[in-house]
Amino acid sequence: MARPLINVPAKVKRGQVFEIKTLISHIMETGFRFTTTGGRIPRDIVTSFSCRYNGEEIFRADLYPAIAANPFIAFFTVATESGTLEFNWIGDNGFAETASAKITVE
Amino acid sequence: MKRFAPSSRWLARAVVAIAVFAMVGPAKSTDIPLDQRRSGYADLGSDTKAMQDDDTINPASLWVLDGEALWSQKAGAANRACADCHGDATASMKGVAAHYPAFSPARNGPIDLEQRINLCRTDHQQALPLAFESRDLLALTVYVGRQSRGMPIAQGKDERLAPYIEAGRKLFTQRIGQIDMSCAQCHDDNWGKHVASSLVPQGHPTGYPIYRLEWQSLGSLQRRLRNCMIGMRAEPYEYGAPENVAMELYLMWRARGLRVETPAVRP
Repeated sequence: MARPLINVPAKVKRGQVFEIKTLISHIMETGFRFTTTGGRIPRDIVTSFSCRYNGEEIFRADLYPAIAANPFIAFFTVATESGTLEFNWIGDNGFAETASAKITVE
Repeated sequence: MKRFAPSSRWLARAVVAIAVFAMVGPAKSTDIPLDQRRSGYADLGSDTKAMQDDDTINPASLWVLDGEALWSQKAGAANRACADCHGDATASMKGVAAHYPAFSPARNGPIDLEQRINLCRTDHQQALPLAFESRDLLALTVYVGRQSRGMPIAQGKDERLAPYIEAGRKLFTQRIGQIDMSCAQCHDDNWGKHVASSLVPQGHPTGYPIYRLEWQSLGSLQRRLRNCMIGMRAEPYEYGAPENVAMELYLMWRARGLRVETPAVRP
């Protein structure tokens, strides 16, 4: 169960700057830790996050091992037109998660 | 020299601890006056407070959502979900966590919320109990706990629990481990002071299960207690041990009247 948590205002005024908050469940194992028997715990992190607004990419971030578990990413954008925000997380071991949110611009 | 670093850090902490307690002389623990009690929330930085207060930032929300999904998911040979008996948790579970651990006639003793959920699983759902600290058990516990947020902790009304509260107090005031300190020496007698750079809180379990930044995960009160005992270099009690439940009970009694914050965020 790696359901992401998205927080986007349902309605915004045209031209308004609004905040988008995302939270996803992920262990973000650094790859630098060892087990009690000395074996290395393999790296397992989210490596990339992106957000598309009506198909156009408006935000992208690369993630690295120093980022804590359950990455929280928040950013701002300008409301242009009603539509859909699509979120995409990609990580090690084939991790891929998507989410979307509808927004109405008045 | 380098490989001795961890133990010398512990030594430093021990020295600081001894220095702190030398100042107060031979400790005779007394209860914190009711009006001086405060949740650890009061000492958080503004960032951590904001993280706890806003459900869209609080990482524990991920577990709350999982718990909400599990609540209506059928399980076990009985093929029943929590919701089939208890209905809407936002109504039926309101205030429940505020008076746990509670007396179980079946066990003839106190059980905590995690054990209550597992009893429901084995008795009513005919499913296997969930492991302590497993994601599913934490999710269900935090989802039930969330329904009591803002309500005062109501412990101390059930007479049957009185001997167990007393047992918990005994464990809380008893010196343990190689460092030979009791819980009370820190959390009753020296709260508000520092051990190295860490503030000593009063230790009220107002927000469990908590999201602890150090753990980078949600964890139960029993995990926190075991964590403290390892810090005292004592042998921690097993998950579900009566000693752990007695201490949980005593701590909830000690925090009676303080508001439930579940799910809290702590450093």
